[in-house]
Amino acid sequence: MEKKTPLYEEHLACGGKIVPFGGYLLPVEYPTGVITEHMAVREACGLFDVSHMGEIILRGPGALASLNHLMTNDYTNLAIGRVRYSPMCNADGGVVDDLIVYRVADDVFFIVVNAANCEKDDAHMRANLLPDTQMENISAKVAQIALQGPKSRAILEKLIPAEQIPEKYYSFTREVSVGGIRCLLSRTGYTGSLGYELYCGAEEGPALWRLLLQTGKDDGLIPCGLGARDTLRLEAGMPLYGHEMDDTVTPLETGLGFSVKLNKAEFIGKEALVAKGEPQRKRIGLKVTGRGIIREHQPVWAGEKQIGMTTSGTFCPYLKGAYAMALVETDSVQLGDSVEVDVRGRKVPAQVVDYPFYTV
Amino acid sequence: MNTPENLQYAKSHEWLKMTGEGTAEIGLTDFAQDALGNLVFVNLPEVGDSIVCGESFADVESVKAVSDVFSPVTATVAEINEELLDQPEKINEAPYDAWLIRVEGITETEELLDAKGYEAVCAEEG
Repeated sequence: MEKKTPLYEEHLACGGKIVPFGGYLLPVEYPTGVITEHMAVREACGLFDVSHMGEIILRGPGALASLNHLMTNDYTNLAIGRVRYSPMCNADGGVVDDLIVYRVADDVFFIVVNAANCEKDDAHMRANLLPDTQMENISAKVAQIALQGPKSRAILEKLIPAEQIPEKYYSFTREVSVGGIRCLLSRTGYTGSLGYELYCGAEEGPALWRLLLQTGKDDGLIPCGLGARDTLRLEAGMPLYGHEMDDTVTPLETGLGFSVKLNKAEFIGKEALVAKGEPQRKRIGLKVTGRGIIREHQPVWAGEKQIGMTTSGTFCPYLKGAYAMALVETDSVQLGDSVEVDVRGRKVPAQVVDYPFYTV
Repeated sequence: MNTPENLQYAKSHEWLKMTGEGTAEIGLTDFAQDALGNLVFVNLPEVGDSIVCGESFADVESVKAVSDVFSPVTATVAEINEELLDQPEKINEAPYDAWLIRVEGITETEELLDAKGYEAVCAEEG
């Protein structure tokens, strides 16, 4: 039985088309449709319910050590008020989940994980905590709303003093009162456009949602569903758990080496990653040059040889073209090469291109 | 939902409009286009192709997914709506004007529903 987010009734009120996703009932789109919603985020602003995401707090004198043990990234020098991405690996070097960590205080960290992985993460983390660390899963108590698009800052400025809006990408401010609702506000997101995410108490989520929608109306703010969230992240070349990575794919294979600090003394998965050596496969971007749309799980061919499989693919509304990502053998192709993708028995030509496909 | 009275409907959400002796237009219903969402790509057969009752003759892709389009008749493709190849969104805008193919030489027709019967099917699917 799927759960409802605190904003479920708001989605119905906005005419959202509800589907099950990651254990939750969420809108895939509103009557505006995926393309309009996608374009709103690129050109004006969009509002997303991302309350399905899981939130876990680590605190205590051992919290930093636990975090550095659990995550591939290094949190030692993360300043209070800043956010850092990391994969979390299993002992084989496969990815348990990818997540972002907020440093709230010296020994308090706020971790945001994927909805579908939240229970798995909870168990994995609890089993691997180092001493003097308390862990609390507050997912059910939190509403999370993403305000994404070039107008997002202007909309926030109508609600709060400008100095409370986090300036830098991956930074945040706490105890921000948005229309009387206490929020944590970060400059983060999953769209590739300027944007912010607001966290508040679950029961206050609906009021915050309505306030933001009302305030942003004149700037073109509209509610956006999961469909646009997926096309936006793909257009921005961002990996999605369960697609570009899973328990059997290492972060090095899927192009997340920037967040794997092999110079750390130790972390779960380090030995396996070191033992595997140079990754045997890599993540590439593909732009369809023929007719058609590439989807996930489709074989990629270089000449007569199958070199890998696509992991995600769709039509990107802003770029007005079909793009995909794939995991392929490391030495098989280079940027600019032509490949073919088997789309339900039809070979569709594509070119290997760099990602992100879209940048601000 | 819009369901014109003068058309016949398949449970798989295609409409059929008889246009003469053994000739017809085939398209996607309003319910289908709404369920699929914004269409961005259409793959049509070629003129002269034989299509078979109950089998896929085309596919349409929305941003989210690809769907087969099934033929309610056994016939020969007489014409394809080339405009849709560049403007698949016309199916979303006016599903009953945006025919996918015109067929001739119909030899078999599956059991089709009238507007009321089709609306009942849609109501069940929600």
